[in-house]
Order: sequence, then C-alpha cells, then structure tokens
Amino acid sequence: MIFELTPSQTVGPYFAIGLPWPEGPHAVPEGTEGAFTITGTVYDGAGAPVPDHLIEIWQADPEGRFADLHGYGGTSEMPGFRGFARYGVEDGDGVFEIVTVKPGRLKEMGGGLQAPHIDMTIMARGMLNRVVTRIYFADEEEANAEDPILRRVPADRRHTLLAQPEDGGYRFDIRLQGPGETVFFAV
Amino acid sequence: MSTEETTESIYTPVGDTPGNYVREPADAHPPLDYPPYKSTSLRHPKQPLIYLPNTITEITGPALGDARVITPDDANLTAQHAGEPIGERISVSGRVFDTEGKPLRNTLVEIWQANSAGRYRHRWDNWPAPLDPNFTGAGRCLTDDEGRYRFLTIKPGPYPWGNHYNAWRPAHIHFSLMGRAFTQRLVTQMYFPGDPFFPYDPIFNSVRDEGARDRMISRFSIHGTQPDWAQAYEFDIYLRGPAATPFEEAH
Repeated sequence: MIFELTPSQTVGPYFAIGLPWPEGPHAVPEGTEGAFTITGTVYDGAGAPVPDHLIEIWQADPEGRFADLHGYGGTSEMPGFRGFARYGVEDGDGVFEIVTVKPGRLKEMGGGLQAPHIDMTIMARGMLNRVVTRIYFADEEEANAEDPILRRVPADRRHTLLAQPEDGGYRFDIRLQGPGETVFFAV
Repeated sequence: MSTEETTESIYTPVGDTPGNYVREPADAHPPLDYPPYKSTSLRHPKQPLIYLPNTITEITGPALGDARVITPDDANLTAQHAGEPIGERISVSGRVFDTEGKPLRNTLVEIWQANSAGRYRHRWDNWPAPLDPNFTGAGRCLTDDEGRYRFLTIKPGPYPWGNHYNAWRPAHIHFSLMGRAFTQRLVTQMYFPGDPFFPYDPIFNSVRDEGARDRMISRFSIHGTQPDWAQAYEFDIYLRGPAATPFEEAH
C-alpha cells in the first residue's frame, strides 16, 4: 500500500436527497421473468426498526455472470440485468424491498462451488462505516451445505444469512445488534 | 453453457483489474462502536466480523454510468433550478485513486450536502435555517480516464445537531464512491480547511489518527479558482488497491 486510505464516515440521516434513484431497488428490469422481491426490516439493538437505513446489493445473474465493469467471468447476457440495487427510501418503517433474480452458483478458487448468494451493504446514521453481509437462500439446502463461506460461519448463526421463502419472494431481516444478530463480514 | 464453464477464468485478472484487494488496517476507518457519537450505541454489531475472502462477487462491481442513473447536468448543483442558489460558489474537484496510486476511471461519484445556511432539503431536517428554493444539494458524476471528477456547488454551512449540548457539525459535503469493485465501496465526508468545529465534532474525531483525519479535509486551491466566478477546493480520494502479489521464497 503506497497511499493511505480515505477514512469512512457515516452516511448520516439525509442521504435520501442524493443517493436513491427511481429504478434503484431494481437489480433487474420490471417484468423480468422469474423476478421476485426480497423484503426485510433492519432492526437496531433495541429491536426497533431503523427507519433511515440504506442498503445495496451486488450479485451474479442466474448463469453466474455479472454486469461487471471489467467483464470478469464473461458479461451477463440477461437483458437489462444490472445485478446492483440500492434501496434508500425513508418512509419510516425500516423496511426495504429489492427486486431481483436468484444468482447462479459461482466457482471458488479452490475448485468448489459457492451457493447462490448476494452481497449486501448496510449503512445508516449512527454507523461510521458500512457493514457487509450475504444473503443466501433457505431453499438451497444442498448448495448451502457445500458453500465455503457459510462453512466459516458458526453453525448456530448461519440461519441469520438465510432468506426465507415468503409470498413468492423472500424475507431477509437484518439485526444490527443483540439476540439473533446478523452475521457481518470483514471483506 | 453451464455455470461452471462461464466462470472458468474468474480469478485471472482482467486488464488492469486486480484479482484480490488489500485488507484494510483495523484503524483505517472509525470504529462502529464509538460512544461519543451517541447513535452508534444500538447500531453496531457486538459479534466479531467473520473474514470473507475475496471471491468473484467481491472483486467485481457495477457499471452505473447510464442515463437511468446519471445525466451530464448532475455535476452542476448551481444550475438545477430556475435561479441561482445563495452562497459562496465553489468548485469541488479531485481524483479517485486506489492505494497503489492508480486512477480509478469511469466510477460513480455522488455528493449531497446542506445549503449555505446549513439546512438540508430533507423533510426530517427541521432546524430553523432557511431553505433555498434554488438548491437541492445533490450531484453525480463519473470519473474520467485519469480518475478526475468535478462538481460546481455552493459552500455548505455548519449546522447544529442533537448529539450533545451545543453540538454543531463542521461544514461538510457527503461523498459516495462506488469504486470499481464491491470491496472498494466507500461513503465519507469532505471537510473544509481550518473549520473551528473540528475539535468538538465526534463524527470527524471518530477517525482516531490525525493523519487520517487530514485526508478528509479538502485543500483550497488558488490555481483552481475561476476568476470572477468560483473558489476552488480539491479533494483526492484513496480506495483499496490490489493486494501485493506474494513472492516465492528464494531457495
């Protein structure tokens, strides 16, 4: 490292004037076949919803390809696929909703396969840096059992990373602190 | 084509892109648990973070330069309404680098800020300073091939907040950087040189190292100042770079 990093600061309470955009919560265009909603509530250490959170996701398409700047692994050919979504609507209830598709499995450096997963960033007032978690899918039991990242997570906490099927989509609640605290990663 | 075939070469660096990013030193960023900033108390994890090796999901990142996200006018915050906003007109420009000094091109830079009276155009900001009908306070641009960005805006004012008795935030502009990979994502705040509120602000001082705090302070540039038009501040940003390639031990 030749130069030192610029430090992180909180996103603060007023990011909604700058960061959201109309299609932000859509990782795929509306009407995409197989698209579903992932919804969840972000809770603080007192169990209260965090009304001013910002979440972002990043993921591969169902073929395991990204809409990546660099073209790693071959660029996604799925029409309109962005693979990135940002939800920062502050309507006070702490609930987020993103529209996406299930990503494919990805090859690991050691030769294994990762289970379908979505990287997620959470920021808010009162958070001086982002936290990072991963969304896995509860209905991918076999793939999850083989996932090298999930295997690093203590067995009794893995459930915090599993999105549960609900109403044709999935639910993924986030607990920043306290009982059932979501697993966060150092990336 | 099967998933396995399409991801065959994912760990071979493509072009100028690293296959793995340097780990951030523990003290590079402020702690999530920082009692002087009261809102951190219920919003920081208490369990240890779990190490996530860089997989392809972490070393890739979105392209967000299309018209659905950004237009060329988004970089001029003084021209988003019928009239001119009130305040000191300033340019804010700089370059986005990685920690190896490589400019990061074609990456999204977003800013948001209070107006010259220190008020945000946000329904939750209710301190009694005037709103400016000609100022929204949000901008976007993409870096060029040399990692440069440039905004034209109004110098934001300081404002009080409820953290402690007589708490004021130093004047600042919020910056959001996408970088070129998930690992490089950064949200920070740019401050102005010589702000008298620095010693009293727990958010600024949550960065414990003085040298690191200095990296959040822009510099005034007489050379960048546009005569008869706008003062100039410069702010360079450093995001995580590639991890050093390990050398084989000599036998």
